[in-house]
Amino acid sequence: MTNSDFSPLLDLTCRELVEIVTDYLEGALPADERARFEQHLLACPGCTSYVAQMRETIRIAGRLREKDVPVLARERLLDAFREWSRA
Amino acid sequence: MLAPLEDLQLVESLRRRDEAAFVALVDRYSSSLTRLALTFVQTAAVADDVVQETWLAVLEGIDRFESRASVKTWIFSILANIARTRAVREARMLPFSSLAAERDGEAVDADRFVPEGQPWAGHWESAPRSWARLPEERLAARETMSKVAAAIVALPASQREVITLRDVEGWSPKEVCNVLEISETNQRVLLHRARTKVRRALDEYLHDE
Repeated sequence: MTNSDFSPLLDLTCRELVEIVTDYLEGALPADERARFEQHLLACPGCTSYVAQMRETIRIAGRLREKDVPVLARERLLDAFREWSRA
Repeated sequence: MLAPLEDLQLVESLRRRDEAAFVALVDRYSSSLTRLALTFVQTAAVADDVVQETWLAVLEGIDRFESRASVKTWIFSILANIARTRAVREARMLPFSSLAAERDGEAVDADRFVPEGQPWAGHWESAPRSWARLPEERLAARETMSKVAAAIVALPASQREVITLRDVEGWSPKEVCNVLEISETNQRVLLHRARTKVRRALDEYLHDE
């Protein structure tokens, strides 16, 4: 087997890929780099898992939005509003 | 951007001193404002103060606000300014050790890859374990979410601000840049570092059995 059989993995190493994964997910990679990234993924289960984990992390972070935050004490604010609207 | 037209109508009504419009704006944004405030300051009580102060500043400024700008960006920029000032004041009162240095390494430890000089240098020596085989309940569990929340809290402030607005609040990159006054590149770098650490914390937790 020659190296060229593995060119998608040699053009971009796994170590390099994990450093540009956000650029990829943000759509910030130039077209040729994006293509290299995707070719690498096709050949690499490890990086495929890594990218899937990144997406899952983002998805779980998004669910934190459902978590309740303390309700703002509105009364104090409405008093301030009434004072302001009379001024 | 979230319902900009409706926001502008609320602003118009607020200029006419319409209390219902004020309540509508407060209800629409206070939860998100509190979440952002909590990325700057330590306690819920201080965050609440910061949000209150933000709304007072909105009232003070509403007659001069130019409707060409985004209402949302304007309100959140006010909050970021007030919260930052409060955070600086609070930090002076914290023990020195809690001011963690903004130290950043690589996305993944170098020893997970084949070392330089060997065939396949830079490729996984120990590939990431897939989460796909974990039961769905595991990923959906409250405890898993708490781990993510804790990992976000542990980030350096600038990374915490960006990931909270982008991934928790679901803002666009542009909105985040406007409110935090950073470049798009800087925004992406901070997001990358933040997501990388949160992913790692989650992976350690999910496979810790």
